[in-house]
Amino acid sequence: MPKPWFVPAIHALANPARFLKIARPLTPLLFWLGIALAAFGCWAGLTQTPPDYLQGDAVRIIYIHVPTAWLGMAGWSGIAISSIAYLVWRHPLARVAAQAIAMPGALFAGLCLVTGSIWGRPTWGTWWQWDGRLTSMLLLFFVYLAYMALVRADDDRGGDGRIPAIFGIAGSVLLPIIRYSVVWWNTLHQGQSIGLTSSTIAMSIMWPLFFTLAGFTLFFAAIVLIRMRALIAGAKAEARLRRKATV
Amino acid sequence: MKLDPWPFVTAAYAIVAIAAVAMSLLSWRAMRRAERALEESRRA
Repeated sequence: MPKPWFVPAIHALANPARFLKIARPLTPLLFWLGIALAAFGCWAGLTQTPPDYLQGDAVRIIYIHVPTAWLGMAGWSGIAISSIAYLVWRHPLARVAAQAIAMPGALFAGLCLVTGSIWGRPTWGTWWQWDGRLTSMLLLFFVYLAYMALVRADDDRGGDGRIPAIFGIAGSVLLPIIRYSVVWWNTLHQGQSIGLTSSTIAMSIMWPLFFTLAGFTLFFAAIVLIRMRALIAGAKAEARLRRKATV
Repeated sequence: MKLDPWPFVTAAYAIVAIAAVAMSLLSWRAMRRAERALEESRRA
């Protein structure tokens, strides 16, 4: 059976030297382009769009809340995909990628909860509600923290990374729960307002969201690359010192 | 009573900006420290 087109590409990238050759010039490019797009989107969202007829100016929080929610969930998807790649092909870079995603993913999941809570106070009249969407997102945040603790514990006992990888895959069960929570349960959180083909938000309000979504995504990718480079360099230095100590 | 939304909007943007800057600095510092340790291990 022929391999899917992306498998040879993944194998080629899994070489750390080749990965670093690509990651070094790519990191500042993604970082600064991400910052520029996100900054423009935030400026446009704060100054160039009309207030919502119901929410008023509080609607401007969506330009940062939606990207943080998207990245909190996309981050865990990245951990799950990297964990599968690590368990199937044993590529050390897949393990490094999953570990590098955890911290920014947790931070964005946390920022989603905080910005949502800040938006909820003037809009819903409450900081927090134990409804399906909010509670499942809070669970994802705790799962991120548990994953980071598990990775650290596995490293400390000299584990091979299999247990965090299994946890990374198992945790992905939360993603459809978060996605469909507004459909399955009668929640305070509004239903899906942005889809792949249609949206219930007027384009005059929504357009800066495309810039903040793209900008924060590139920024997230740059942070993951920076953290991957740190993990690779740290592992190399440790291995070299250990080799020298045994000679 | 309808609340003025601007303090909430400002707080949300400020928290995200501070978190993004802090994460960038911490990640960058960790990378520089690890790459310096790698250089030192090469020389040692």
